[in-house]
Amino acid sequence: MMKIHHAESERHVLTVTVDNEAGILAKIAGLFTARGYNIDSLTVADISENHAVSRITIVTHGPPAVIDQIHAQLERLIAVHKVVDLTEMGPHVERELALIKVAGTGEKRVEAMRLADVFRARPLDTTTESFIFELTGTPDKIDSFIALMRELGLVEVGRTGIVGMMRGAEGS
Amino acid sequence: MSEERSGAAILVESLVRQGVEFVFGYPGGAVLPIYDALFGDERIRHILVRHEAGAAHAAEGYARSTGKPGVVLVTSGPGATNAVTGIADAFMDSIPMVIITGQVATGLIGSDAFQEADTIGITRHCTKHNYLVRDPSELAATIDEAFQIATTGRPGPVLIDIPKDVQVASATWGDGPIQRRQRYFPQLTGSSGDIARAIELIANARAPIFYTGGGVINSGPEASALLRELQALTGAPVTSTLMGLGAFPAEHADWLGMLGMHGTYEANMAMNRSDLIVNVGARFDDRVTGRLDAFAPNSTKIHIDIDRASINKIVHVDLPIVGDCAHVLRQLVAAWGTRKAADLTAWKAQIDCWRARDSLAYPGSDTEIMPQHAVQRLFTLTRQHDPIITTEVGQHQMWAAQHFGFFGPNKWLTSGGLGTMGYGLPAAIGAQLGNPGALVIDVAGEASIQMNIQELGTASQYRLPVKVFILNNEYMGMVRQWQELTYESRYSNSYSASLPDFVKLAEAYGWKGIRIEDPDDLDAGIEAMIAYDGPVMVDCRVSKLANCLPMIPSGAAHTEMMLHGDEVAGTMDDEAKALV
Repeated sequence: MMKIHHAESERHVLTVTVDNEAGILAKIAGLFTARGYNIDSLTVADISENHAVSRITIVTHGPPAVIDQIHAQLERLIAVHKVVDLTEMGPHVERELALIKVAGTGEKRVEAMRLADVFRARPLDTTTESFIFELTGTPDKIDSFIALMRELGLVEVGRTGIVGMMRGAEGS
Repeated sequence: MSEERSGAAILVESLVRQGVEFVFGYPGGAVLPIYDALFGDERIRHILVRHEAGAAHAAEGYARSTGKPGVVLVTSGPGATNAVTGIADAFMDSIPMVIITGQVATGLIGSDAFQEADTIGITRHCTKHNYLVRDPSELAATIDEAFQIATTGRPGPVLIDIPKDVQVASATWGDGPIQRRQRYFPQLTGSSGDIARAIELIANARAPIFYTGGGVINSGPEASALLRELQALTGAPVTSTLMGLGAFPAEHADWLGMLGMHGTYEANMAMNRSDLIVNVGARFDDRVTGRLDAFAPNSTKIHIDIDRASINKIVHVDLPIVGDCAHVLRQLVAAWGTRKAADLTAWKAQIDCWRARDSLAYPGSDTEIMPQHAVQRLFTLTRQHDPIITTEVGQHQMWAAQHFGFFGPNKWLTSGGLGTMGYGLPAAIGAQLGNPGALVIDVAGEASIQMNIQELGTASQYRLPVKVFILNNEYMGMVRQWQELTYESRYSNSYSASLPDFVKLAEAYGWKGIRIEDPDDLDAGIEAMIAYDGPVMVDCRVSKLANCLPMIPSGAAHTEMMLHGDEVAGTMDDEAKALV
């Protein structure tokens, strides 16, 4: 019988500068589904003074040839000004913000607070039996913190997906 | 001078400003204001089709045969969705087209209003770009940009969705230049370094081949002229995709014929054994490459394409050149300068051996008309008229590609990428409007022609003398052929039952109908078709079970072609069956 084969893939972070026009997000998200590309996370926000331009950060994975195609297909869209593959470009920073709600009392509550301190997570909301922590960092760091909280009464997680930028003085 | 005009009036003025001669359309509730603005306007001729799919294909035929953008005007909801196949077809084959769709009033959008469809959402991935216009003051700039996007870079369809209230509301219209932001800048020329490298590769190749595609046609007639010039300088043989036929003249000593699944033996063998492939405006489509891991294994590859996303999409190339075919070919001709062509004697002798296989040969018959023979006679008897040929999709399309010779660009209009049955008749109508004196023939199959048969009425209405030449084998022939080769001749639903009497059908629409059944009547029937001053439908009854060969079976390599005489009816493994 025939089997479907899957290729080796690598993770890439792309930033896409786009005209802030109706439907552009649907267009980009749809491009990924239509062509079978993966989206691990996608963030978007207006970044210009006159609200004309947005920056989209997409984390994707795929074989190198597919990553190159994603880059080219994005550039082909009329409303896309620029696509930068941060992973390809070299040293860059990636940050993600998470809100993490933990409920519990006694020893577990103390331990949660102690670990939050280690991770530099900030309590945004506190009741006698719960915290909401705000944590900023790399996706790995957030993953680790959430894994620890799972044992201490994790209730809910919200994550932004990452934004990224090249290191150094140059704009990308 | 500037004045207040309705959105509909601004649209019409903008189309006139773009030099639009014809609008292919069908009215409906959400475009009534536009139709009213068109009423009595002599500057634009509206061609009333019978179905919106016909409008889109007619616009494609007009565009492909004239090089100018085709314009479509349809209503909201079903008007737009009916046009989608033609839009997707234009997107796949890079045909410049601007589609105006009506939309329900802005306040009703999203309310499931009567004849509402999310046209922007539906066409998002089958247009090069699309717009929803929310204010008539945006119309002029939007239309101006839409035409720029549709016609420059890699051409394609651009859709403008205009809510009914935006057509009625007014805005300022001036006859001064349109003020808009420029944001689309396709790259046209290759870098001098890449051009120099390409020249080195071509000059040093011992077995080079030009593999040309629809991009050469889209780039304009000059690109075809430059291709011929570069070929003359370098001496390299030329093959072409389905979409590129006509860019290089058939019957030229270095013409190999079409390549790919139904290409010639010499074209496919030459691709496989070449040491250098110069791809000019083609995209390594799966119909062309056959099995990828066996595709042209020993060649260096140069790829000239205006669309960067076409490069390294399917086949990794050694030297990509992003640019317009005409521009890059001109650069290459200039950079070649006074070099002498390399000695390709051995390569051409090898090609002659492959050519001697006579891969387009087919078994003859005295009693029935062989479809290949019918196409050859059609070619021979019409060539002095320099005809424009459109096709539907299937065996007849491939036979036309194999046995009809093309000598110039814009004469061959066919649905390549999407493979849309029902393309040929409306495309012929569009081509005839754009080329009033030309002999325009739709080479059709009896199944495909029924997909947009209603457009017979459009040709009658506008007195267009288009010819439809049906190779009637009473089967969806290509489906039947695949079933014979892959599914042990289980002809599941591929027989064309309950066919109409095409002669009577033609007559019912005011056309002339001709039936050809006997091989001895073939020439007379074709000549009667050409001689008749008006639309003609020919029902040419051909051999029912003829196969279209040569053929690279799905999942096979260029070197594994099936020629006449070595067909094996049977089955295939699942890997091959999974390929289209």
